[in-house]
Amino acid sequence: MTAPVADSNWTGRLRGRALRSLPPDRLLPDRQPVYVASWIYVFGVLTISAFLVVLVSGGILAIAGPQWWHSARLGHFVNSLHLWSVELFMGFMVIHLWGKFWMAAWRGHRARTWITGSICFLGSIGTAFTGYLVQSNFDSQWISTQAKDGLNSVGIGAYFNVLNFGQMLMWHIVLLPLVIGLFTVIHVLQVRRRGVVPPFERDPRDISADEVAS
Amino acid sequence: MSLVSAPVNLNHLGHYLHWGVIQISVANLTVIILMVVVFVLAILLPFPTKRDRP
Repeated sequence: MTAPVADSNWTGRLRGRALRSLPPDRLLPDRQPVYVASWIYVFGVLTISAFLVVLVSGGILAIAGPQWWHSARLGHFVNSLHLWSVELFMGFMVIHLWGKFWMAAWRGHRARTWITGSICFLGSIGTAFTGYLVQSNFDSQWISTQAKDGLNSVGIGAYFNVLNFGQMLMWHIVLLPLVIGLFTVIHVLQVRRRGVVPPFERDPRDISADEVAS
Repeated sequence: MSLVSAPVNLNHLGHYLHWGVIQISVANLTVIILMVVVFVLAILLPFPTKRDRP
């Protein structure tokens, strides 16, 4: 026998709020509006798919260590898998961004969806940058020595030292992926809560007489 | 060249295009053009629906 849950209980209040914001049929819908049947709406899920490959390949690289890909053919393959999945991730994300920008996807109280997506995009740029810094080759040396002057000029270098390999590795494999992962989840939950943004209404003056007759 | 090597050899210095103050590598320009092409195709190509299935 369970005791009645008091309204003052924080878990009960949290559950009630979560259910009001995201009832099960909205959290996991089995139908979408007809306008979602377009290829431009596919790029969000393609971005998440590529992100999962990035995480798995990066996880394998983390287990074997950042120098593995220099000495083993399998390491080189996994490193290449990591690189090309990132290329696809960034490409899909930018096409997703173009599509959402031109349909003004922040309409209809979707500002939080837009803002969380922007944070994911900016976080991804930072993660890609720190990834270049931890290649442990001449390319990473060149990029870090060029970047330090720019970052030092705006006072960031004291806290974010691009010449510190250990610090950049931690940013790359822990802190920034955590930010992207967390905000991706919030972003998807916001899409579920507000729904996929509809296309713009057509101006009635643009509709021809033939269309009206049919 | 082994069977598993890349179809295009990328292991050399990049080629760059110069246009006034603008400088861009051919690789980056190719990626940008491909992304624009994919974006346009995503808008124009019809999406398969249940009616299209046999």
